[in-house]
Amino acid sequence: MDKFVYAPAPESRDIARLKPSYQIFVDGQFRDGAGEAVKTINPADESPLAEVAEAGPSDVQDAVRAARRAFGPWSTLPARERGKYLFRIARAIQERGRELAVLESLDNGKPIRESRDVDVPTAAAHFFYYAGWADKLGYAGFGPDPKPVGVAGQIIPWNFPLLMAAWKIAPALACGNTVVLKPAETTPLTALVLAEIIAEADLPPGVVNVLAGGPAIGEAIVDRAATGEIDKIAFTGSTEVGKIIQRRLAGTSARLSLELGGKAANIVFDDAPLDQAVEGIVNGIFFNQGQVCCAGSRLLVQESVADELVASLQRRLGTLRVGDPLDKNTDVGAINSAAQLAKIRELADSGVAEGATRWSPPCELPERGYWFVPTVFTDVSQAHRIAREEIFGPVLSVLTFRTPDEAIAKANNTPYGLSAGVWTEKGSRILSMASRLRAGVVWANTFNRFDPTSPFGGYKESGFGREGGRHGLEAYLDV
Amino acid sequence: MSTVLLPDVRDVTRDDASLRRFLHGLPGVDQVGADARAAALATRSIKTTAKAWAIDTAISMVDLTTLEGADTPGKVRSLCAKAVRPDPGSDAPPVAAVCVYPDLVETAVTALRGSSVGVASVATAFPSGRASLATKLHDVRDAVAAGATEIDMVIDRGAFLAGKYLQVFDEIVATKAECGTAHLKVILETGELVTLDNVRRASWLALLAGGDFIKTSTGKVNPAARPPVALVMLEAARDYLTATGELRGVKLAGGIRTAKEAVRYLVMVNEVAGDEWLDPKLFRFGASSLLNDLLQQRHKLATGAYDGPDYVTVD
Repeated sequence: MDKFVYAPAPESRDIARLKPSYQIFVDGQFRDGAGEAVKTINPADESPLAEVAEAGPSDVQDAVRAARRAFGPWSTLPARERGKYLFRIARAIQERGRELAVLESLDNGKPIRESRDVDVPTAAAHFFYYAGWADKLGYAGFGPDPKPVGVAGQIIPWNFPLLMAAWKIAPALACGNTVVLKPAETTPLTALVLAEIIAEADLPPGVVNVLAGGPAIGEAIVDRAATGEIDKIAFTGSTEVGKIIQRRLAGTSARLSLELGGKAANIVFDDAPLDQAVEGIVNGIFFNQGQVCCAGSRLLVQESVADELVASLQRRLGTLRVGDPLDKNTDVGAINSAAQLAKIRELADSGVAEGATRWSPPCELPERGYWFVPTVFTDVSQAHRIAREEIFGPVLSVLTFRTPDEAIAKANNTPYGLSAGVWTEKGSRILSMASRLRAGVVWANTFNRFDPTSPFGGYKESGFGREGGRHGLEAYLDV
Repeated sequence: MSTVLLPDVRDVTRDDASLRRFLHGLPGVDQVGADARAAALATRSIKTTAKAWAIDTAISMVDLTTLEGADTPGKVRSLCAKAVRPDPGSDAPPVAAVCVYPDLVETAVTALRGSSVGVASVATAFPSGRASLATKLHDVRDAVAAGATEIDMVIDRGAFLAGKYLQVFDEIVATKAECGTAHLKVILETGELVTLDNVRRASWLALLAGGDFIKTSTGKVNPAARPPVALVMLEAARDYLTATGELRGVKLAGGIRTAKEAVRYLVMVNEVAGDEWLDPKLFRFGASSLLNDLLQQRHKLATGAYDGPDYVTVD
């Protein structure tokens, strides 16, 4: 019997100011889309949250034309004026921070602790950061007067709905581009509230257009790039869809940046600060229920400390609190959709079938909603599917290594290359590992830390192009 | 860190070199990570029934302390009365102990006779510890003879920082021998050890030497108890249990003034060490003004409104 039982501490749902229905945002106006009205649901209990009037093909056409019309005046506006708009958006995100956090947790299923402490503040920080660049582009290292690309089509995933919208919109606007953004079908709400913020910031009509919709709308946006009506596509999502987009745009003049899947190695050496490494492993794979493209889904631990580390990790997982995303003490929330849950289950079952050892802490899951208990697989080898395929869920595969060379070989032995982690008290080893790991981001003695000043992006099938930092400007400048 | 290979206390403390090898072989502490973990634990939201439980538990863990040059028998008697009945007319539990200088132990013992409240005494040339071993041990004997049930000693931080670990170890062993049945709390004075690696090593050193408790601070040095330091000490107590099967306590002292901080520390105890430590036998707060804030929060929970500082006793 637990002595210290934390009483429920739910954040009030009213803070989200949930409306019965949401509209798409085209040419400075909110309107019902020509597509179907779709209900978005709360993955924590499968209850409908709101109706969204999704975009149809005619809306894509209107949005692209509006963005094209807006591009000329917007790109020639004095740069510091563009910066002012971005600062205004950043401040408004902060002002409506609680509302956005609760709405994000309702629509996505992530714990309020994360939407409140990570998603929303980092989204605001991204706008602040790129607002500062708007009138300094001549000093970014791309020539004295770099030009914008034009109209950008941006397609974002459901795992960080607001944050990904900020990652896409902020640098595009700072550089003088206009935008047609499509949030994911299961998580459109915060992007549509961001559209409200943008409207209230008095951004000229057409500079930002937000089209809620499914894959057909994403496809229509990509098609406009193939015909030259859109100048650039920025996509964050699965490697599978990324490949389709790249094939579609091959031979066209459209620019493309892709941020795709990952199967990151989190490498723990025997001289690591083990208590902090355990925290890093937990944060690496259970942050956002593991639905993170850069999740540390493969733990590579030096064999000499493997038993000790796994025992510590299991003890720590016993303290994770899984449940109501709106409870301020929840560490692990709901999986975003039934489809994603099915995929996680299928891959986890394959781990058992292929001979790995499955372990989860004792934990009661809610009856309704999409839930998956935090899971650790030991006795995993490189040949197992759970060591190779992106699970995008709270499932960790533990592998061992003997030497730094073996760690590098195993870490790099994946079609992906988005991120990696290195845990050691030896500074020289961190530097040598970082230079040999084929991954866009290498964290040292930490994991899953994000900052707008730091570029982020992949190697190999994790995509190309960088977001964040000075590097992130390049994707939206004609250089 | 769970299975620290602990062959035998006699082996790792056989000589200076063995002890140094053992302490320096403990896994390092990454300060950025420890700070982040402590900060994350502080975001737990403890409300209603959980808060009521935590406040009463915290009250029962207080070592109500007065360590001033101006302490008098009258002051100590008044503190003892408060310790036994912190909030007259309510069901607030008594605190764990009263903590005083050795010459006032007798006064406290007399005042607390028949109650559950223990008498703790600082000793070993508190707070600096800058005296000969003979003098420090004499200090301990005095306090024990006067009836102290708990001795709060200070380690020789100078010797620790000079790397003379065995000297520090031997002094703790000698002090423990003088304690008889009294419990020994070993004050590390983490504000002078500075790094978290040092805190981890000093914690293990004190536990190996037989300290019943490891304690952060004297309260005379800033910074005193801080969340990352508490985190590392709780990990040490947890790992010591795993390695040896023995439960040892942790006391945080100095600078903890509000109920909010105390509740956050209880969350840390619960999630880092485990709920065995949620017991005054294994976890204490050394404090003076903390008690009244706990009582005011207790009133607030009971009535829904703050009644203000004049509704708790000033002793």
